[in-house]
Amino acid sequence: MPTSIAIEQISKHFAVGKTGRVQALHPFSLDIEKGEIFGLLGPDGAGKTTLFRILTTLMLPDSGTATVGGYDILKDMKKIRETVGYMPGRFSLYQDLSVEENLRFFATLFNTTLEAHYDFIKDIYTHIEPFKKRKAGNLSGGMKQKLALCCALIHKPRILFLDEPTTGVDPVSRKEFWDMLKRLKAGGMTILASTPYMDEAELCDRIGLIQSGRFIGRNTPEQLRAEFTAPLRAVRASEMSRLLRDLRDYRYCRSCYAFGEFHHISLEPGFSDEDLAGYLQRLHFSRLEIHPLEPTIEDCFMALMQKGGADEA
Amino acid sequence: MKPDIRPTATSDRDTGTIPSVIHVENLTKRFGDFTAVDHISFDVRKGEIFGFLGANGAGKTTAMRMLCGLSHPTEGHGTVAGFDIARQQEAIKKNIGYMSQKFSLYNDLRVWENIRLFAGIYGMRPKQIATKTDALLNRLGFMAEKNTFVEKLPLGWKQKLAFSVAIFHEPQIVFLDEPTGGVDPITRRQFWELIYEAVEQGITVFVTTHYMDEAEYCDRVSIMVDGRIEALDSPRELKKQMNARSMDEVFRQLARKAQRSAD
Repeated sequence: MPTSIAIEQISKHFAVGKTGRVQALHPFSLDIEKGEIFGLLGPDGAGKTTLFRILTTLMLPDSGTATVGGYDILKDMKKIRETVGYMPGRFSLYQDLSVEENLRFFATLFNTTLEAHYDFIKDIYTHIEPFKKRKAGNLSGGMKQKLALCCALIHKPRILFLDEPTTGVDPVSRKEFWDMLKRLKAGGMTILASTPYMDEAELCDRIGLIQSGRFIGRNTPEQLRAEFTAPLRAVRASEMSRLLRDLRDYRYCRSCYAFGEFHHISLEPGFSDEDLAGYLQRLHFSRLEIHPLEPTIEDCFMALMQKGGADEA
Repeated sequence: MKPDIRPTATSDRDTGTIPSVIHVENLTKRFGDFTAVDHISFDVRKGEIFGFLGANGAGKTTAMRMLCGLSHPTEGHGTVAGFDIARQQEAIKKNIGYMSQKFSLYNDLRVWENIRLFAGIYGMRPKQIATKTDALLNRLGFMAEKNTFVEKLPLGWKQKLAFSVAIFHEPQIVFLDEPTGGVDPITRRQFWELIYEAVEQGITVFVTTHYMDEAEYCDRVSIMVDGRIEALDSPRELKKQMNARSMDEVFRQLARKAQRSAD
């Protein structure tokens, strides 16, 4: 597969106040293939938006270079803007224009028309077309997000940048949105999308885990999970709050976190299931359940965060 | 509409005789001919973590605004913290805590100034505020940051501080509106540990979230679809009833029934 986005040693810092300095992106390189969905996973402030702005030519890097669709981000600004679609993290459409007016406006900006590319966006637009006379500001959640995606696609880009398109969106709308991305990918679209939802990682071809401006992991979801080698157990009992504290005091505990109805504990060498069960029984937990489990991407992310040294308390 | 509020056999707490902190019956809100909240009835018991779930546009925010004394119900009645939601809205505001999804502290005030401001608004006395501030900061390990401008704190700390400020005046119940959006998975969990601590101190927690694993941390959850409460029970019981492996599956099964557009 040909390369669609090639990033070489890009970095960026920002000044904070008079003397402060934040390294938003530490130098890194990355190639994204044509037709690939690459997911950027990380919390607010990790550097995701900075990377989007650099790749869409809205901001210059301190160092390094990159090509997007074969065009240089430093020299070919206009070409890149024709080639890419960008959905910024903050809702950026005109609230007092209707759905249809927004679409026509963005089409005009790119010297095209809604009619010319109707087939290209039809799959998504039909979800909101019944509300085309409604003002964008009166839409909410999922519908705004679908309109924003339509506007980002109206000039038929080859590469799509989506900055947290599903943040604050309910699980059903999120799933619909990802189904749409899958269909765009099938049509050859390259997609770089960021998300704070770890479960969306599984929907990407490859993911980059980003924390404080650094990639702490980068691979296919399967490979990232395979790299998590510590034994992992799911544990539950009647008193979950006490259980968490006591699991953390267990002598072979590497780390332990609440994970829905279970706690996930990753363990040091020397541990055995009998030893763990015995320890918890001596502490008088009732309705105790322990079973082995495959790590989720979230387990991987937390393990990598700790390895890299979490910078937050 | 008859949400099941009987204690379930699988519930981890004996909830049979525990008084309600929220009690609403047929709570309804109409905007013109649009019924945003459609005759919802439920109880939240003292000391529980109650998860209030629903798709975008299902009516959660409207319902929560009525519970917080910010919006008048069109129909129905109820009490929050013992006060009538239609007639004693000011008393409700004094007896609840609220943390919005948008970070709500003042960035250009120092940590202690933020605490003093909000505690003062809730009518606490300066001396009481000063003593409690030190106790709180010691407990959180934030003492070194007492004079730091909030702007300079990492996001995770800001959120923990915002939560601590929301319960500083020891409300009977705290409302958390998507409190963990945008934070890393470790900070998200530390935040929930803080919620558990608050519960151990006797505070009732009413929380909305789009993270379905967080729904599992709740004692009971309700799921709103098209302005109505379609399900209400412990996560374990809901999964059993719907033959689902996860709360995500429960949510999808229910929300898929939505008639009105997810907005």
